[in-house]
Amino acid sequence: MTSVEATPSVGSHDPGLLLQVEGVDKSFPGVKALEGMRFDLRKGEVLGLVGENGAGKSTLMKLLTGIYSREAGEFWLQGRPLVVHNPKEAQEAGLSIIHQELNLVSHLSVAENIWLGREPVSGGFFTRPGEQVRRTRDLLARLGMALDPKAVVSSLSVAQQQMVEIAKALSFEATKVLIMDEPTAALNDAEVDQLHELIRRFITPETGVVYISHRMAELKRIADRITVIRDGHYIDTMPMADTSMDQVIAKMVGRAINTAARPENVRTDRPVTLSVTGLSTKTLLNDVSFELYRGEVLGFAGLMGAGRTEVARALVGADPITAGHITLNGTPVTISSPAHAASLGIGYLSEDRKRLGLMLQLPVSHNIAISSLSGRFSRSLFVNDKAVKATAEESRKLLSIKTPSVNQLVKYLSGGNQQKTIIARWLVKDCDILIFDEPTRGIDVGAKEEIYQLLNKLAEQGKSIIMISSELPEILRMSHRVIVMADGHITGTLPAQDATQETIMRLATHRDATTATTTITEEAGH
Amino acid sequence: MSSEPTAAAPAAPTVVKGGSWRERVQQLMALAGLLLIFLVFSVASPQIFPGYSNVTTILFSTTVVGLLALAATLVIISSGIDLSVGTAMTLSAVMSATFIVNWHLPVWLGIIATILFGGLIGLINGFNVAILGLPPFIATLAMMLVAQGLALVISNARPIYFDTTEHAGYIWLSTGSIIPGTRFPNAVLVLALAAVVAFVLLNKTLLGRYDISIGSNEEATALSGINTKKWLMIIYAVAGLFVGLAAIMISARLGSAQPATGAGYELQAIAAVVIGGTSLSGGKGTIVGTVIGALIIAVINNGLQILSVRQEWQNVILGLVILVVVYIDQARAKRAATT
Repeated sequence: MTSVEATPSVGSHDPGLLLQVEGVDKSFPGVKALEGMRFDLRKGEVLGLVGENGAGKSTLMKLLTGIYSREAGEFWLQGRPLVVHNPKEAQEAGLSIIHQELNLVSHLSVAENIWLGREPVSGGFFTRPGEQVRRTRDLLARLGMALDPKAVVSSLSVAQQQMVEIAKALSFEATKVLIMDEPTAALNDAEVDQLHELIRRFITPETGVVYISHRMAELKRIADRITVIRDGHYIDTMPMADTSMDQVIAKMVGRAINTAARPENVRTDRPVTLSVTGLSTKTLLNDVSFELYRGEVLGFAGLMGAGRTEVARALVGADPITAGHITLNGTPVTISSPAHAASLGIGYLSEDRKRLGLMLQLPVSHNIAISSLSGRFSRSLFVNDKAVKATAEESRKLLSIKTPSVNQLVKYLSGGNQQKTIIARWLVKDCDILIFDEPTRGIDVGAKEEIYQLLNKLAEQGKSIIMISSELPEILRMSHRVIVMADGHITGTLPAQDATQETIMRLATHRDATTATTTITEEAGH
Repeated sequence: MSSEPTAAAPAAPTVVKGGSWRERVQQLMALAGLLLIFLVFSVASPQIFPGYSNVTTILFSTTVVGLLALAATLVIISSGIDLSVGTAMTLSAVMSATFIVNWHLPVWLGIIATILFGGLIGLINGFNVAILGLPPFIATLAMMLVAQGLALVISNARPIYFDTTEHAGYIWLSTGSIIPGTRFPNAVLVLALAAVVAFVLLNKTLLGRYDISIGSNEEATALSGINTKKWLMIIYAVAGLFVGLAAIMISARLGSAQPATGAGYELQAIAAVVIGGTSLSGGKGTIVGTVIGALIIAVINNGLQILSVRQEWQNVILGLVILVVVYIDQARAKRAATT
């Protein structure tokens, strides 16, 4: 690995660079999001920026556009200090960002979106739609985009909408630096080519592009250099031409992992509780098949948007499926709703506890009892409040949920204790299959450890657990087997002894599912 | 984003007595408000206002809005709204008269049929909200218009009168008195009984528990394995049963079904619910509060009448009361959230 020669010490800056970021710190309560972050963009180049989920890419982008304010560090654009307070100022200074989630007003036309807030007006008040359309047509022609300025954005494909975003960014005369966050997440191969063509067209000796992506193959094609960040720190910058994908991945994940606490590998004589074949949904999932053994923690790894949460939601009937068969303990089932899933003993613990998990305004006891009210806690529609309280109290002790009382509103609990409350809900319901989606998101380190031990204990007791997680250390520490997803496919299944940060990341960054699976099969054969 | 729980953690050990405490304060405030308003009118009109006969009148006039407000409470707690209670009541009253006067059904059967008819209207509302996914405001607005129109169509836009001798039992239900020698109207007892039923439903049964849970977080409730669609339909249907009962009470009081009335009652009912401290965003509310809210409205209307304030002003004052009450409640909630 050839590290780039120009590694200026913090504080110094090189006016020859297009964009320079030096020594940037940013923390949120309890989390150090960025520490001494830096990178530089040369004139006329495309810089690839890679890092795992949560490495700090989004935070960095938000700092650059003034959405967040930095605690320390400096930005230089074309040798001048860059100080902006909002995205508009950033654009006027010459820095445009195209976010992963497109920021278009879907009911307005292409032209209206591009000039939103900068509409040509006469008399300071009346819009000039004709002039606006003419300017848009000129702009689109200059960029070689075949788009109708009057087309309503909601009628366009995602790729076309992305073009509108790019056109909007380039409609600022000042734009010198274009930052693209996962621009190809929703694009097919032809559209990716088209996007790359646009980027090459934009690049002049005076401009540059920062291209954030997980897709190694694409970076290989478009980027001149690649910068790796990890856990809020700058790691390295390498010229793309003489850097291999494996080298990049090694830098992305290269942190020490405690494998001592790793679970025993699952015993193969255990029965299959859940078998899923060919699960597909309209928008993302394509032919997802896997098996879940009794007493197993099955990890689902993958990058954001790979389709892991979608598998869980489709499985419990929260989202409709277009194809697929589910077999539960040897019996084929069609799961129509989460209520149906719950009655079959499958509980889903959402990644978004506040929105999809908890009744925040209601007491802990209600949040524990809700799934079991009909049946265990009621007789002919009447709720037995004593039993609810008593069981909630038992759960509180069993899981050591820290709350002064089970009558406490659940919103006053810490994240870890809220998570335990939801776990208690499904334990009281006596579910055999538990699907944990990001079980420790937003939970402090100590509570994390408690949740891990709880999961281990549940698996020992014979519960089957699917654990979706974006944190590789968590996946490696907890899983008996690891399923890796990318773009709605399963790209590989790894037994615990083969699962490493590198093997998982390689599978997670594969664009094409079929090639990835073959790669792993070949490797397994060796 | 992930920072919040960490920040909240140190706060956990302090006991924050949650909803029940706040709700109780809210109820006490509403009760205090009711007593205050009562006191003001008693001072303004010491001869007439606080007398037994006027208090009875006030209670009697609370009945219909009170019953509709009970229905609205159940729906509003689920974070829905029911704009159709007023005209659904009118349509049910027309149906009651049709059953009993035109079809000569026995009075008891007519009563059961009317209550069930009210439930059917509610069930349709519930279907439109839960299954078709229409916003409650729209679904029940449409029902409000449909019910109003149907009431006029079925009755040929003319009142249908009950026979004072043949259907005396029907009329007795509202204006008669089961307590001998008191002339205390049965309607008030019906409201009291209905309030007890609603209280039990809300506080002791699955319906109430799911109602509150859906109102607090519908998606989370569904993901907890509750068939929220089924329960929403049941909630609207049960609310409809209360509307059917209100239809009987109003037509018995008037001795007739008046097809052209009814619109406007839904707003009084919702006003009573709101004054009683039930949150329009769902997830919390009490039956006691709603009854107090309905009483406050009745007391204001009655007191202003006795003071010979013009009818038009009564609405102005009621509107201002709603503004003040809800503002105070929200200001208190905000203070509770920041401390």
